[in-house]
Order: sequence, then C-alpha cells, then structure tokens
Amino acid sequence: MRVALFITCVNDTLYPRTGQAVVTLLERLGVEVGFPEAQSCCGQPQFNTGYRHETEPLLRRYAMAFRDYEYVVTPSGSCAAMVRDNYPRMGAKAAAEGRGQELADAAAEAVPKTYELTEFLTDVLKVTDVGAYYPHTVTYHPTCHGLRMLKLGDRPRSLLAAVKGLNLVELPGAEECCGFGGTFAVKNAAVSAAMGADKARNITATGAEAVCTLDNSCQLHIGGTLARQGSTVRPVHLAEILASTEGDVW
Amino acid sequence: MPAFPQAADASTRNTQLRANLRHATHTIRAKRAAAVAELDDWSRLRAAGAAIKDRTLRHLDQYLEQLESAVTAAGGQVHWAADADEANRIVTELVRATGEREVVKVKSMATQEIGLNGALATAGITAYETDLAELIVQLGDDLPSHILVPAIHRNRGEIRDIFTEKMSQWGRPAPEGLTDAPADLAEAARLHLREKFLNAKVGISGANFMVAETGTLVVVESEGNGRMCLTLPETLISVVGIEKVVPTFQDLEVFLQLLPRSSTAERMNPYTSTWTGTTDADGPRAFHLVLLDNGRTDTLADTVGRQALRCIRCSACLNVCPVYERAGGHAYGSAYPGPIGAILTPQLRGTQSELDASLPYASSLCGACYEVCPVAIDIPEILVHLRERVVEGGPASVRGTRTVIKPAKGHAAERAAMRAARWALDHPRLLRTGQRLASRTRRFHPRRLPGPGRAWSDTRELPKVPEESFRDWWQRTRGGSGTGSGTEGRKKTT
Ligand code: SF4
Repeated sequence: MRVALFITCVNDTLYPRTGQAVVTLLERLGVEVGFPEAQSCCGQPQFNTGYRHETEPLLRRYAMAFRDYEYVVTPSGSCAAMVRDNYPRMGAKAAAEGRGQELADAAAEAVPKTYELTEFLTDVLKVTDVGAYYPHTVTYHPTCHGLRMLKLGDRPRSLLAAVKGLNLVELPGAEECCGFGGTFAVKNAAVSAAMGADKARNITATGAEAVCTLDNSCQLHIGGTLARQGSTVRPVHLAEILASTEGDVW
Repeated sequence: MPAFPQAADASTRNTQLRANLRHATHTIRAKRAAAVAELDDWSRLRAAGAAIKDRTLRHLDQYLEQLESAVTAAGGQVHWAADADEANRIVTELVRATGEREVVKVKSMATQEIGLNGALATAGITAYETDLAELIVQLGDDLPSHILVPAIHRNRGEIRDIFTEKMSQWGRPAPEGLTDAPADLAEAARLHLREKFLNAKVGISGANFMVAETGTLVVVESEGNGRMCLTLPETLISVVGIEKVVPTFQDLEVFLQLLPRSSTAERMNPYTSTWTGTTDADGPRAFHLVLLDNGRTDTLADTVGRQALRCIRCSACLNVCPVYERAGGHAYGSAYPGPIGAILTPQLRGTQSELDASLPYASSLCGACYEVCPVAIDIPEILVHLRERVVEGGPASVRGTRTVIKPAKGHAAERAAMRAARWALDHPRLLRTGQRLASRTRRFHPRRLPGPGRAWSDTRELPKVPEESFRDWWQRTRGGSGTGSGTEGRKKTT
C-alpha cells in the first residue's frame, strides 16, 4: 500500500504539528507514508472566490504529484471535498470550453484515491480504535465540508469514542458553520465574526478543555476567536488526539 | 442600496433584529426537520420534484404555449411581459380598464420583484396587501425581509404599535387598547381586511404553480385571505413567473408535499386554491394571466445557474442560513433574500451593480441551504459559478442575447493577488522560501494587521507562525526519503 500525505498549505505553513501527528499515527498503524514534495495547495481559496482558471494549474500539479500513489490521505475535510467535488467540475467545464480532456482525465485520476483522514482510517484501514490516549474533556465541531460534502457521518465520533481517557461533551449548535469560509472571513467580515463569536461562546459554555475539528482552517478561525474572547479552550485537530498515546502525549 | 457587506455590517450590530431573527429561524428550522423526518421517501420526493422541474425547464417554450391555449380555452386572457416595466404597464392598464382605483392583493413574490405596488400608486391606484405579514410591512412603510414571513424582523410589540398608528390611514382603525397578544393582533387585522375584501372589484395575485395541460393556477397559503381575494372580486389579475409552470395536474402531487413541509413545517397547507379561467355564476368574471420573464430566459440559458429556476419559494434555505440569520433580509436588497436571493437576484438582474456583484459572496459555502432545499438546488455550486462571472466575466445571456460580459469593477487588486498566490503555490520551492522568511521574522509579526487584513484581526487573534513548516520538518527528519519515525525531531510548540 503506497500512501501519500497531502499536507495542505494551511497545515504546512501554520499547523505543521497536525501533519506530524498524521505521520505518527499512520506509521503507528503500520502504514508506510510518503510526502511528495511537488505537492502544493488544492486551490480551494482561488476556486471558491471565482478564480477557476487560476485553479487549473493546481489541479494539474495535484494529479502529477500523487501519480505514483495508490492512496492520498489528507487531514482536511475541505481540501478533500475540493478535490472530490470540484476537480471533476473543473475538468468538465474545461472540456465544455473546448480545451480538451486533459483536466477531466487528471481529475478522474485524482478523485477516487483521495481520502480525508477519518475516511481512510475507518473505510480503508478499518480501524476505529487507533490505540490513542488523551485524558482531556473535549467537544467536537464537525466541519461543514466533512459533514455535508464528504458526508463523514459518525466516523469522527466513533474514532473519538474509542480514545482512552477522553471525555466527549456535546456542543450545542454543533452543525452550524463557524463562519470561516476562506475569503468570506475577509469579504463579509462582520457576518463571519458574528458567526465565529456565537460558535466560540457555545464552545466555551461546554466547559471542555479542547475543541476538536477536522480542518486547520476552521481551527484558525475558531482558535483566533476563542483567543480574542479570552477563552482558555484549545483548538486541536483530531489527528493530534489520535496520535497521542500514553507514552507519547501530544 | 449599499453592497451586501456594508448593509450586513449594520444589521449584525442591531441586537433586537438579531434576537428576532434567531428566535424565528431556529424555531421553524427545528419544526421543518421534524416534518420532513416523518416521510421516509423524502429523498425520492425531492429527486422527483427536481426532475419534474428540470424536464419542464428543458421544454419551457412548449409548456408555456400549452398553458396559454388552455387558459384561453377556459375563458382567461394571457399577456406576456418581457420585464418589470412591461408587466407593470400591463397590470396598470388592466386595472384602469375596470375603472377602479383600489385593488386587493394576495401575497406574491412576483409582484414584489417588479415593484407593482409602487407602479400602481404612481398611476393613482391603491393596492392593499391582505396577507397578515405583508399588511404589517405595508402599514409600517417597510420592506419584506423573508419570503414566507415578510415581517420576520418585527416582534409583537412593534406590530401592535404599527397597527395602532397606521391602520386608520388605510381604512378601519385598530380597536382601542390593542394588546400585543397574537389573537388580538390577528383579530384587528381581520376586521381591517374584511372591509377591503367586501368592497374590492379587482384582485391581484401570483401563483405557486400553473398547470400546462389544464390552464389551472394554484395558490397555497395558511390564512385564507388569499382565497377571499381570488374569489370575491369581479376581475382577477395573476402575475406569474414563467418558471412556475408544471406539465400535468398529477405533478402537483409531488409539490404539494414538498412545499408545506419545507416552508411552514405543515403536513398540508391549510388553503390550496386552484382556478381555471372563468366560470359562470362563480368567482371572477374576468381573468388575466401576466406571464413574467424579467431575466428568467437569461437564467435558463445558463446551464449551471438554471437550477435556480426550480425554486418553489419555500424559504427553507433562509431559515437554515447562518448568514441570513445575522444579516437579515433587507441586506440582500431585493424581494429574494437569503441563499436563494444570493443566486437568483444576480441572475435576474445581472451582476453589474455593486450590490448585485456582492451577493454571490454572501455565503460561507457551508452547504446547509443545499441540504434542505426540497428541489435539490446546489446553491453553493451556483454561488461559486456566479463569483467567477463577477471576477472574470465571461459568456452570459443578457436580455435574450448571448454576449461576453466584462468582470465587475473593483476586483483588479484581488485578481492580481490571486494570480501571484497561484504562481507561488505552483512553485513549491518558492513557497518554501516564503515560509522560511515568515518563520525567521516571526518575532516581528504584528498582532493586528493593516489594510484588508484588519477585517480578520479586528475580532480574531492571528496564529503564531511556527518555527518550522511541515515541509522543512519532513526534509530535516526524512531528507525526502519517506522513512523514519514520525516523532523524531518534533518540536514541541505548545
Ligand atoms: S432555493 Fe430551495 S430551499 Fe430555497 S426557497 Fe427555493 S426551493 Fe426553498
């Protein structure tokens, strides 16, 4: 099994610990992982802001970087959703514009092997108990892309439920968007901030020590808002919880 | 009208408005979820609704002609209106021909869209809204802010004050000592409206559906006021968007299940009125159907955007939208607020104005609207599609003609930044240099950003740039070999 990590641009630049946690976790589960250095950003910020043509080179780069791998695993629901939902659309549109099949073929190659981390664990490796230990009270914020585009369902919760020492508390309004939305946070700053503030208040009210997400971008927004509100709740990526063991506490 | 972000900025600071909206949308969204969960074939009904609408839209010209012959055969008269001005002119002339100066109205999105009440007023004709919420909006000299509950932004106290102050200027005054109890408010409205129904000679309505094979129009409602307007006057004028046609009477079976559960969370709406042309000795003596285009054929010409024409105006997408909940309906600057407004308005009106160009960005793309839409309109997909039209321009149909439209103004700096970012991202070595630079200067990073970045840092902390990017960590610990322990050399940063 040749597994490549797709460490997204936000992971790479701002949250390297998340990527390191994925490496630790997968290797502990006996997976040999590679990190093709030709990889870059999936292009979601560009695509979602309306710059489809600017995104095409990144689609090409993605397909090229992961060509030799059987599986691509990424700790980001929104980037996985970008590849799975929007790459085929981009390919189809390019073909409809009379620019040939090349992008459509690249998308067709990339889509079936791209897995969000929890899908890879539960669907491919078929594990829910990954041997993790995390002695903290945690609340879980399901990210919009994981929830509604990838339809991850109870995968993340079943992984969390199997973590020793972890006390999972319910988050009120869990399924509501945190308000990040990429460039939305800047273009519609007031609404985005209002959504973030409500989300952060709900999180703090649970009394949890940490809020777990599947996406560093939501973490960026939620964490930034929590910190500004003076909350002590830590945002943490699910991979970091799953990487943690009694011998190696993250 | 200001662009969406500016309008929304003001409404997010209005705590009363936000409390009213939060309460109303959260209540209805929970009820809708329960009503939908009762049907185990909901997903199949939803697919059927989408399929019927899509098929109809593919052959819209044929179904509209079929509808026209059926309406005419049943004694009605059909008028075609290319845009708002033409529709308003037709309706004004039809009312003038009756010699009347007053009309009663059934709640209708199409007449809101074209600003009919204003056009009639200019011609010296007074239009009375008879839907309770529309009445509140009209008396309050306000604008609707929701498709189903136009006065959703008002609470009971505000409504009592509006009734007490304004009813006398429009007809029967509010009873003395009116309280804000819902039953009292409803009774005050009933007495006020009854007078109007009994005197009116002309009624104006929209329609939820039009059946091509029979020429039948359908209005579904909760209060029964609509039925009075539809049956009591001598002349009935219905203004309906061309996308509202369905092929057969049997198709209603699907929509009359989808619509009430999605909108009012009812299993069946209390009043379903259907009318076909005119009938001897019952109902209006004259019936006019004004078929409204007003940007719909342009929307139809767009293969991605045309999904929006499936909309049955249930308002479920508004009630789950976190952006609508905070910005309020007025910020969208059109008769159609919320997620459907964000995709429909810029298609019907074009993306040339600053407001219309800002609407496709009025969403975090969370996908909640798509999930609840009873006809499965992929609203996020259309939003992104329209964003492309705003920033890059491209082919579009404008007033029935194919043309290439220019990018909207004011996006040049963003476009340059996007190109630069893409170039850097497509050159990972350059990306790494940037990351290293950021790490090395991390001590000097400000807590608050200048320029457009302020929009972020006004309310959120910035993350600290780590000492080492993942890429560099991988290089340092693996040297690109892809082997070794994951924990080796991990820098503890917390
Ligand atoms: S877009 Fe869908 S959910 Fe929104 S009003 Fe129309 S039919 Fe209802």
